[in-house]
Amino acid sequence: MFRTRKTRYVNAPRRVYHRAAVGATALLLAASLSGCTAGHTAAVGGRAPGDDSLTVATVAAPASLDFTTTAGAAIPQALMANVYEGLVRIDASGNVVPHLARSWDVSAGGRVYTFSLRDDVTFSNGDAFTAETAKFSLDRVRSDAWTNGLKKSMDVVSDTRVLSPTTLQVTLSRPANSWLWSLGTLVGAMMTPNGVDELATRPVGTGPYVVDAWAVGEELSFRARPDYWGDAPQHEHARLRYYPEAISATNALRTGDADVVWNMTAFELLDTLPSEIAVHVGSTNGELLLSMNHRRPTFADVRVRQAVMYAIDRQAIIDTVFEGYATNTGGVPAPPTDPWYFVSDRYPYQPERARELLAAADSPTPEITLAVPSLPYAQATAEVLYSQLSDVGFSVTLEFLEFPAVWLHQVMQQRDYDMSLIAHVEARDIPAIFGSPDYYLGYDSPDVRSYLLKADSGPAALEAPRMRRAIEQILADAAADTLLNTPNIVLTAPGVTGINANVVTDALPLAPISRGGGD
Amino acid sequence: MAATCGRLIARFLGTLLAASLLIFGLLRAVPGNPALVALGVTATPEAVTALSQQLGTDRPLSIQYLTWLGGLFTGDFGISLASRTDMTPIVLDRAAVSLILCGCAVVLALLIALPLGSWAALRAGRWDAAVVSVASQLGIAVPSFLAAILLVAVVSVRAGLLPAAGWVPPAQGFGRFLSHLALPVLALALVQSAILTRYVRSAVLEVAGRDFMRTARAAGLSRPRALWRHGLRNAALPLLTVLGLQLTSLIVGAVVVEKVFALPGLGSLLLDSVAARDLTTVQSVVMLLVVFTLTVNLVVDLLTAVVDPRTKR
Repeated sequence: MFRTRKTRYVNAPRRVYHRAAVGATALLLAASLSGCTAGHTAAVGGRAPGDDSLTVATVAAPASLDFTTTAGAAIPQALMANVYEGLVRIDASGNVVPHLARSWDVSAGGRVYTFSLRDDVTFSNGDAFTAETAKFSLDRVRSDAWTNGLKKSMDVVSDTRVLSPTTLQVTLSRPANSWLWSLGTLVGAMMTPNGVDELATRPVGTGPYVVDAWAVGEELSFRARPDYWGDAPQHEHARLRYYPEAISATNALRTGDADVVWNMTAFELLDTLPSEIAVHVGSTNGELLLSMNHRRPTFADVRVRQAVMYAIDRQAIIDTVFEGYATNTGGVPAPPTDPWYFVSDRYPYQPERARELLAAADSPTPEITLAVPSLPYAQATAEVLYSQLSDVGFSVTLEFLEFPAVWLHQVMQQRDYDMSLIAHVEARDIPAIFGSPDYYLGYDSPDVRSYLLKADSGPAALEAPRMRRAIEQILADAAADTLLNTPNIVLTAPGVTGINANVVTDALPLAPISRGGGD
Repeated sequence: MAATCGRLIARFLGTLLAASLLIFGLLRAVPGNPALVALGVTATPEAVTALSQQLGTDRPLSIQYLTWLGGLFTGDFGISLASRTDMTPIVLDRAAVSLILCGCAVVLALLIALPLGSWAALRAGRWDAAVVSVASQLGIAVPSFLAAILLVAVVSVRAGLLPAAGWVPPAQGFGRFLSHLALPVLALALVQSAILTRYVRSAVLEVAGRDFMRTARAAGLSRPRALWRHGLRNAALPLLTVLGLQLTSLIVGAVVVEKVFALPGLGSLLLDSVAARDLTTVQSVVMLLVVFTLTVNLVVDLLTAVVDPRTKR
């Protein structure tokens, strides 16, 4: 055994190692220092000790805060009733009640509305709310500044006039029952000329809250305004926290990071929740619409469309995909909160009838492609549809399309589809979907358009029966199948009050929600 | 020396330019219109045209490309087509979060893999090495999001030991930062360590069979000491390359773990931007990733030169 010389690596002198070590340490220090604030533009996770703010967890974050140029329910859900308000408000039963307008008169012709406005309202930037700002807001919807398709509600307005600082006169080109109701939605949001420069990041409204911080796609935090004209909200600070999916949102509730989970879509978790978490079930404006392209020869025949309506067991879809929590409307494309809602029994689940109709239409085995958007509920529903339609003779091919980009492009824009399904969540959208021959459905019925027009421009008392007539015609034509009305499941921690789970307009009002003394 | 530096920089910039052209071109070739995505199911053709004008996506492609590239040179990542906000602070912030997450995961993975892999190599053929080998195979088979979900279910929801989701910047509470970081890092590190264990094991096995190791043993060193003094630097060479590759793939590959833990990282930003066809953000984030990958490769090359004196620069 001989002793070895202590090994030295003579090729690299010591000072190279020295330099390398010093350089590495410096780099590490610099990296750690700059990493100190990593994530500061995002939302802070969890709840800091002593934080009493209301935290509502939900999925589907809004892309920006500007609903004038971006569609979707997420933006009005966050901002309407919290930051923005309208001349009127829609209450929990779906009725129009005064809000920023104390009262209004409608001229005998039904075309001239004269609003008497409140005089004690200010915007969050200090501007006073007057008839001028109201006129500005309504005119802006009709201008090019708004690209959101819902601006169509304002097409019926022909003139807006300021009669006094608290009196606004609006003249419609024809009487329109739906117009006043639409003022309670996002097209009626009152804005001020000095507050529209940064709509995407800094909305300015008359509501009880202002936006404190907007961590894009993550969290929207609100701060109560001391100069709000109405009742102060239950919590000075509130926030909407957006999670990537329903399970992590529910976990946040379970670990105390959130007080409320809104629009919880992981229905399979509901049975596993501890008993102290309350489950509120409400309806929404979302109808899960199974569309059939009227421009395609297969679906040009009403008997084939009716065969589809008979072939589908809507209750099975509700039980399988939504764990029984959705509402079966029998194909009626309206939510339970609309005055003209009814449950239809015209198309019960009768596969035999479907086969008869297909035989009568001389196409016992039509080949169709079902274009499915890449949304969880759509993909699950498509599987059930596949088996139900194949059962009666359809030869179905499932085509999965990325949502939103590819589905919107292929189905909505290019109309390159046979059959598709998507939840339409806009409020009172029957005219937009079934009254528009250019829409992707391709449904062209002058009768339905006439009924819809009569319902809107006739006496208010006749609106509901006439809408029902239109719906009956839509069903008779089997224009499209409404598989179900999508549910809104709200979970609350113990002690939380002030929740109304029925979504009538898009708004999620945070002001009345209280964490209670508990937790 | 200056010539070498100059060549390196030129190569770096050339790669970046080629990457930018490729990214820009590919994104424009993919179907999907950002204005249509923004306007959704209520979109009308006129509104889509009007919004495209507002967003600037109807300008000639060359103008759009040069505007974006010019912005990158000044460190401006552009305005997001989806949120209409300046993306620069958000992208950099998300990148920092991803770096912290993946850096810690790789360090933890190394701390597990080095001793385990060396152990498995030194005791090759024995039952305990076989156990490590099987465990590492299991670890590779388990997807990181499954590990994440299991950890959340057991540690967070049932035991209430650590938070289930979210991120706290270190400056806003170091303790809370660590508690929010622990589970995601663990989920990623478990899988990474399984992969690295196998690499370490094979690297050490390969080195252990070399002649100079026999010489060291003959000179009286025990096997572990011989490995430590002489074998480690040789084993480190392939490992460095693998580490570089793992780190670059992990930055975006951690997207599913980011989703499970609601972490504001680069992967989920990229995924959400692609879904919304937010072309500006996607382009800028991908360019950032290209820069990161090139930098990591450069660092690996430099470290290899330091570790292995035989490498001529």
